[in-house]
Amino acid sequence: MNKFEQFPDYQVPGVQHHDFSPYESNGGSIVAIAGEDFAVIAADTRLSSGYNIHTRTQNKLFKLSENSVLGSTGCWSDTLSLTGLLKVRMQMYEHTHLKVMSTDALAQMLSITMYNRRFFPYYVSNILAGVDKDGKGVVYSYDPIGHCERATYRAGGTAGPLLQPVLDNQIGYKNQNLSQDELPKLSIDRAVAVAFDTFISAAERDIYTGDSVIINIITKDEIKSQELPLRKD
Amino acid sequence: MLNNYQSSGYPLWSNGPTPGGFYNFTGGQQTHKLPSELVTEGPYGTKRNTSSITTGSSVLGIRFDEGVMIAADTLVSYGSLARYQDIHRVFKINNNIILGGSGDFADIQSIKRNIDQKMIEDQYYDDQITMKPKELSSWLTRVLYGRRSRMNPLYIDVVVGGVDKQGVPFLGNVDLRGRAYEDYVVATGFARHLALPLVRERKPADRDFTAQEASDLIRKCMEVLYYRDTRNMSKYTVGVCTTSNCLVEGPYNVNENWTFAANIKGY
Amino acid sequence: MFRNQYDSDVTVWSPQGRLHQVEYAMEAVKLGTATVGLKNKSHAVLVALCKPLSELSASQRKIIPIDDHLGISIAGITADARVLSKWLRSECLNYKHSYESIYPISRLITNLGNKMQTTTQRYDRRPFGVGLLVAGYDENGPHIYQVVPSANYINCKAMSIGSRSQSARTYLERHLSSFNDCTTDEIICHGINAIRGSLSNDELITKTENLSQLNITIAIVGENYNKFTILTDEETNKYLEMANNSNSLDDQRKPTEVVGTSGSDDDPKPGPSDSDPQVAVGTME
Repeated sequence: MNKFEQFPDYQVPGVQHHDFSPYESNGGSIVAIAGEDFAVIAADTRLSSGYNIHTRTQNKLFKLSENSVLGSTGCWSDTLSLTGLLKVRMQMYEHTHLKVMSTDALAQMLSITMYNRRFFPYYVSNILAGVDKDGKGVVYSYDPIGHCERATYRAGGTAGPLLQPVLDNQIGYKNQNLSQDELPKLSIDRAVAVAFDTFISAAERDIYTGDSVIINIITKDEIKSQELPLRKD
Repeated sequence: MLNNYQSSGYPLWSNGPTPGGFYNFTGGQQTHKLPSELVTEGPYGTKRNTSSITTGSSVLGIRFDEGVMIAADTLVSYGSLARYQDIHRVFKINNNIILGGSGDFADIQSIKRNIDQKMIEDQYYDDQITMKPKELSSWLTRVLYGRRSRMNPLYIDVVVGGVDKQGVPFLGNVDLRGRAYEDYVVATGFARHLALPLVRERKPADRDFTAQEASDLIRKCMEVLYYRDTRNMSKYTVGVCTTSNCLVEGPYNVNENWTFAANIKGY
Repeated sequence: MFRNQYDSDVTVWSPQGRLHQVEYAMEAVKLGTATVGLKNKSHAVLVALCKPLSELSASQRKIIPIDDHLGISIAGITADARVLSKWLRSECLNYKHSYESIYPISRLITNLGNKMQTTTQRYDRRPFGVGLLVAGYDENGPHIYQVVPSANYINCKAMSIGSRSQSARTYLERHLSSFNDCTTDEIICHGINAIRGSLSNDELITKTENLSQLNITIAIVGENYNKFTILTDEETNKYLEMANNSNSLDDQRKPTEVVGTSGSDDDPKPGPSDSDPQVAVGTME
């Protein structure tokens, strides 16, 4: 068969050739911490690609129900598409089952929704925080193809590897030779303070994290939101 | 020959495997396939071209207290050739939306035709309901994301602006992957590097821009873009959308000043 | 039951220019329990009477939420309503997914009308045997629409459909001028008082005395992000109480006076006089 390449005369002049990649990293970090009767989740507000900062005010926390918030970073177009799909499926659940999806049900659905695209994944780092049916704080973290893991604290996104060890130390008290009953009980104030502090440090080293951080504090009664400025360079 | 069922031209049955054929049944690992319109070869093995050919350069949008402004020059290039020099790239979509398009101009025209058709649909319902800028931006996200997911993207980067029913201004950007965000300043192409910092630098922390400030900034930025972006020219149009009016103004010319050229020595 | 030789198929006209099958479908609406829809400046309200099918069964769901900004109340074949509500829900979801905004009520109903019309023009279909009252709120304010099996849809200020709904309509007509400036509490009470008229006389006596036996569902949607919500039993009882008090102050008919008006609507047999499409109460221009 004659191939196009064999006819160089037919090359169109002036054509810009692109190798199209469907993915793009738009940066951003998430930290989520679960307490006994609350969960906090924080994400920065910088949306960038490469050295461009598209906006400094992009909220990456999606309130999916009255007691669960999803933090999603990575390829922003995938994030938009995934959260759009989640909202649709949650409303369908609400109509068929006549109740709002619980955080645990949502966690499972998010997992299968992501795995549905196993061979063309959503390039996103998701962390779902909320309170479960009993009012207990929960955090679920995901990989891009839908692996779901329940945790008590988790960092994700571009500064995830930077922040996770800090949480291990400050929230998990790893390798501090404390016995189980010596571990201090985590308060909302401390969880919020640690979450903010991790972002202040992440903004120092990760160029994709900065501008400001939005934190959502989820209890069984309400979701409160706070914002803290970060460095903008 | 008579027993050769395949030569008869008619399959023994439809909707099923033919005896003697090779098949990939479902359940096996399927690698991602390009859509058929892209891989089907023409005579002499030609393939459909999917990259941009005629391109528009930067678009710059600024949101101010009671509306938005979107500016783009009137050049559509053919590679490095300044091919079409009087083409408007900022469009009025309806009474509350303006749209600026950069990237492949054929793709812009194609999506513009789709949008115009939607505006006609809005009109024939005759219910005084028109599309809002946020709705158009969301729709564009879905369309462009769908195309990128089929690995057949529209090579465009658009700026959508306007006001909603309450008069709240909206300014957003949607790119070829369906990435969408909104902000008080939005830029595509070289304006991202050249104009965005200029605008951000002048943003008062406690309030929005005024119309006058926005207009001055647009003029300044289009001048900088003309001097520094080789795919830019001196003529540009500006779309302005507020609650009271929505129109594309221009073309204007940037304040060219080449007196400094005489002082440049050394090459 | 057959009226004449021209009613065996929806596609067959009678020489009088009528489609008898479609008209029979309209009768199905009158078999369902009554439901009322009405609105003021800012809110649209649905009130539905939901009698259990038998002593042994739970009462039918009469009000179906479609999306955050609208819901429907049904009278007729419930199974047909399920098909329609499924379609409406998916339309709204698709719209919301594409545009991140709500489906304008008027457009949704126009498209629903178009979908329902096809069933009245094909030999292999039958018209939907259900009437809908749609209550919704969009950028143009609150809306009440009536949709009937003939695929006609009517923009209403207030409307009632279902068995014995004529007396509810009479009530609505009488109070129509006051609705626009009512508070939301008042408009709900008007809805309850209207639907009370559709009760048979003996029911009216027993159930006026014992409020909790009046098995109704109330739904409301309106401005300030008031999503379409079906009221809880406690809230419903609160409004029943409220309606009962306003009722005694008002110029209400005593239960015994109802006989004359509701009696004519009692007969479910289709008579030529009431087979025409019900004319809306105070339709919008």
